Amino acid sequence: MSQEKGWKELVPGGIIVEAGNAKEYKTGDWRTEKPEVNLEGCIHCFFCWAYCPDSAVVVDSENGKMVGFNYDYCKGCGICASICPPKVITMIPEES
Amino acid sequence: MAKIMGFNGNAAVAYAMKQINPDVVAAYPITPQTDCVERFAEYVSEGLVDTEFVTVESEHSAMSACVGAAAAGGRVMTATAANGLALMWEIVYIAASMRLPVVMMVANRALSGNINIHCDHSDTMGARDAGWIQLFSENAQEAYDNLIQAVKIAEDMGVRLPVMVTQDGFIISHELERVEILEDQEVKQFVGPYQPRYPLLDLEHPVTYGPLDLFDYYFEHKRSQIEAIDCSLPVIERVGQEFGKVSGRSYGLLELYRMEDAEYGLVALGSTCGTAKETIDGLREKGKKVGLIKIRCFRPFPKEAIVKAVSPLKGLAVLDRSATFGGFGGPVFTEVRSALYDAESRPLTLDFIYGLGGRDIFQEDIATAFSRIEEAVKTGRVEKPIDYLGLRE
Ligand code: SF4
Ligand code: SF4
Repeated sequence: MSQEKGWKELVPGGIIVEAGNAKEYKTGDWRTEKPEVNLEGCIHCFFCWAYCPDSAVVVDSENGKMVGFNYDYCKGCGICASICPPKVITMIPEES
Repeated sequence: MAKIMGFNGNAAVAYAMKQINPDVVAAYPITPQTDCVERFAEYVSEGLVDTEFVTVESEHSAMSACVGAAAAGGRVMTATAANGLALMWEIVYIAASMRLPVVMMVANRALSGNINIHCDHSDTMGARDAGWIQLFSENAQEAYDNLIQAVKIAEDMGVRLPVMVTQDGFIISHELERVEILEDQEVKQFVGPYQPRYPLLDLEHPVTYGPLDLFDYYFEHKRSQIEAIDCSLPVIERVGQEFGKVSGRSYGLLELYRMEDAEYGLVALGSTCGTAKETIDGLREKGKKVGLIKIRCFRPFPKEAIVKAVSPLKGLAVLDRSATFGGFGGPVFTEVRSALYDAESRPLTLDFIYGLGGRDIFQEDIATAFSRIEEAVKTGRVEKPIDYLGLRE
């Protein structure tokens, strides 16, 4: 809490005056399960990337490859795992 | 020479709106406000204003459109009454939370049920904690004057809050009075050009209004909102003085009537203050040392001014034109009595609930309130701290 601003420092009306600052809000700690990918079986179809509601699937667009996940923002919803055609994404408990 | 018009309160407000020439008005008709919005709609159709007039399907939509237009960067106004205000409720709070300087006229009318179209203050008193500044008017002249000042108060850079200007339904809204008006140019100069803060339509500087705000910041945002409305008191006073320079009619937070040497006081809001002044004149002729404390600005509550005005008194009668079911007295009473708790000396204070659903209040009723408080002070006994005027048992 200590680094958060006091009421006198806030923009009146709770208005957000910087565009795109949701990036600073890391939501990864909301997760109870996280996705893991076995890239050996991945066909790089990008379905996971297209379906992820948090844009948390990392791809190498130049080489057309799925790379992994950005765990700062992945909320562990499991959509990528359920949509993946060859089923190479597994949801595992967060602690492991 | 000031220009004199024969206006009812609705016409006076509509005329002030014409002179202010807001960017957007979104309103839905409801008795007794309808006449005001109809008149303004005529100004729009005659091309006398530049306003975008949005005919919405409900008051919830009216206030939503006002919030959207104000966030976009426009000078925005609306008007409503009673159940219309109740239907706006959710968005009334949002306008204040987002610090949008919307100005709204409320023609005070009793809330249902049963259904009633006449005056009491249950509508605006219900909205007293919504974060809006509330200015009450005694007559059509004050409704006109308050509306013009409301724009300047709301838009003050240190305030940036919505303002409600009330007038008693039918009693003020529909009765023809002599109203002195300012020149269009004077109004234009007084309110000045509008400078929006963080307008959504400024595409170079994109902003977000009303984002999700949870346990980590909501509390701090509410605290800053509390500060903003508290700090509007001196602005309301300053604008009241500035208005006096233009019009010859200065305004404060309160108006004190024959209070110099008064022993017994009466607190009231709205049109009843006129009746109270007449009554006080009569009682003064009979040697009674009585006076009136008219609250013009109810939100923010002018605690210090009230304490200063009433603490020398022996007795105080508070008139409440609304009831708080299950509460300890009406809203004016609870505020006034609570403000007096820390005062070094304070008068014995009684509450009188009156005028619900448009029940008339007469000079005799006000004289009764004065004699009741005098009797309580003299006997040292209070049988009913909260009582009613003009009610059949
Ligand atoms: S679990 Fe949900 S949030 Fe995380 S990468 Fe998969 S789809 Fe995105
Ligand atoms: S959906 Fe499955 S196969 Fe397709 S890119 Fe994502 S991980 Fe690879």
